[in-house]
Amino acid sequence: MDERKPAGTGAQDLGAPGPRYERWWRDTYAPLVRDRGEREALFRTLSDIEVAPLYTHEHLSDFDPETQLGYPGEFPYTRGVHASGYRGKLWTMRMFAGFGTPEETNGRFKALLDAGQTGLSTAFDLPTLMGYDSDHPFARGEVGKCGVAVSSLADMEVLFDGIDPETVTTSMTINSPANAIWAMYLAMAQRRGADLRKVGGTTQNDILKEFIAQKEYIFPPAPSVKLVVDTLEWGPKEVPRWNTVSVSGYHIREAGSTAVQELAFTLADGIHYVRKGIERGLDVDTFAPRMSFFFNVHNDFFEEIAKLRAARRIWAREMRDVYGARDPRSLMLRTHAQTAGVSLTAQQPLVNMSRVAIQALAGVLGGTNSLHTDAYDEALSLPTEEAALLALRTQQVVAYETGVTNTVDPLAGSYYLEHLTDEMERQARVYFEQIDAQGGVEAAIESGFFAHEIGDASYQQQRETDAKTRITVGVNAFRTESAQMPVLLVDPQVVDVQLRRIERVRAGRDPAAARDALALLRSAAVDGLNTMPAFMACAHAFCTLGEQMDVLREVYGVYEESVQV
Amino acid sequence: MSDHPIRVLIAKPGLDGHDRGAKVIARALRDAGMEVVYTGLRQTAEMIVNAAVQEDVDAVGLSVLSGAHMHYFREVSELLRQRGADDVLLFGGGIVPDQDLPALRELGVARVFTPGTSTQDVVAYLRETVPTRRRAESEG
Repeated sequence: MDERKPAGTGAQDLGAPGPRYERWWRDTYAPLVRDRGEREALFRTLSDIEVAPLYTHEHLSDFDPETQLGYPGEFPYTRGVHASGYRGKLWTMRMFAGFGTPEETNGRFKALLDAGQTGLSTAFDLPTLMGYDSDHPFARGEVGKCGVAVSSLADMEVLFDGIDPETVTTSMTINSPANAIWAMYLAMAQRRGADLRKVGGTTQNDILKEFIAQKEYIFPPAPSVKLVVDTLEWGPKEVPRWNTVSVSGYHIREAGSTAVQELAFTLADGIHYVRKGIERGLDVDTFAPRMSFFFNVHNDFFEEIAKLRAARRIWAREMRDVYGARDPRSLMLRTHAQTAGVSLTAQQPLVNMSRVAIQALAGVLGGTNSLHTDAYDEALSLPTEEAALLALRTQQVVAYETGVTNTVDPLAGSYYLEHLTDEMERQARVYFEQIDAQGGVEAAIESGFFAHEIGDASYQQQRETDAKTRITVGVNAFRTESAQMPVLLVDPQVVDVQLRRIERVRAGRDPAAARDALALLRSAAVDGLNTMPAFMACAHAFCTLGEQMDVLREVYGVYEESVQV
Repeated sequence: MSDHPIRVLIAKPGLDGHDRGAKVIARALRDAGMEVVYTGLRQTAEMIVNAAVQEDVDAVGLSVLSGAHMHYFREVSELLRQRGADDVLLFGGGIVPDQDLPALRELGVARVFTPGTSTQDVVAYLRETVPTRRRAESEG
């Protein structure tokens, strides 16, 4: 109605949800804004969801808390998967670390455990992520640079030296070569006498988001997904405490997506793995309980909290109502979260600590089960030990000083938050329909749908930053010169250490055993059998990562995306 | 001579797949009226320099976030020189600490843009630098 939207004030009108809101708008809000104006013509979240000046109970008129929220530890898990929230157990503080040689990273792991961290998370270098040994020509210049180099079981044994695989859970950010690296970790544990039934941890193993966002894929989508399904099938039987896949929105967001796209694409990926597992003839309740998730926590505080709550609700509903899961653990979306690396600035880097603290709080209020907080110097280099420690301390402040952990899901019932949570679920379901209409996730990857969606979103964000309609403190506003920060320098000797160890491995192993194990892998791949037993044999026989991936490159071929800007 | 559009090659050297920055820059330069060639992922220095020579570009921008910037800038710079293309402006962007900037300048890297740079700054930089270099080249 025209009289509710006076000309020239920019007062944002999203329509009145009911008469009480309408009265307030007409009598109190509109006259004020007509006189004084507002800072923006349009208020919206980072994902471009329009935000009204006020949310009231009238905005939630269709909202039934019993069906939309339920109770903590109960369907649809909007309020969290644990009935006691953080009262029983805090989230796992799990800092992503890895650089240089396995020896150096082992030192960082032990320092983090000594500082009170409760789980490990391993960053591998690019050659490892792409399935090349440290001595491959493509590895030149990259060994140990953005993570630790692991080319064989020998590296894995050094990396986890003195760390008990039965008591410390380890997450490994590895995707295309995940099966091989996981097998090396398990072989390491077995050689130390560990019982695989007691070994816990996570392999990221989410190849779909690599095609969508991070682009560290090797093989084409179909065989890549087949390798993931091998772990869904084998893992629960052999390593029942292992999270076989961590379906990741983190990288989708870092590549420039909105929060809604992150939510929708990640859950679509998770659902794709479920469909493929069922297609193989697996009972969904055998593998779904070991699937976990990984989300970004970015700057828009309420939107991020809403995203995590919506994710749990959508997953529970899809799994129960569409995929027929009955085990409650299949319905529970357990997630790791990490603060947004892409939100960090190279300018005035200490300001990043404030960003990280607020993002961490959003993750906790969103009910994350595990958290990594970024270090303030990550827009410059890998974190120094001091910066990584401060980031861990930030989580400890949230955990022990703020009191937000005292009651479960303390923000539930907030008119704004519940509105946003509903809106994000609604928008995510629109994307599900678009993806299904194209023939599913793999088809949408091949058609470039995701790249196009994310590319447009990231370009729009950059244009808004350039135009200063989106403010980044220290970047396009409030600029001051900052002093040079100390950065982590990776020891250039890392390559030599790695080359010597690979040489020793190749010279010292039983060549027949290595050859047989690789032949076993080849026949498993050719015959379409589960590859995990063969990867275990390869690990124990000290086959290198590159040798194993070369076998699969020959059988499956390699993938190249069509370039589009 | 100096009035045809600025031609730029944006390249992703090495194994890293983080292409957000490269794509955003490519699009911003194109929107600013430049002719932009984007190489796609996983390019060797040789592939990049071949493309630069074939496409006869004024400038090559490398996007490196993996910490391997010294290695790739050195290789591309040396190959450009070997191919007689050292008049091409070499610049870049990514996760590069200040500490490495002097060594990169020594290698002939004209400018490195770090996270937070406005695309307009990159546009302005190329508009200012490329015509000057073209003039110097035609006079020399």
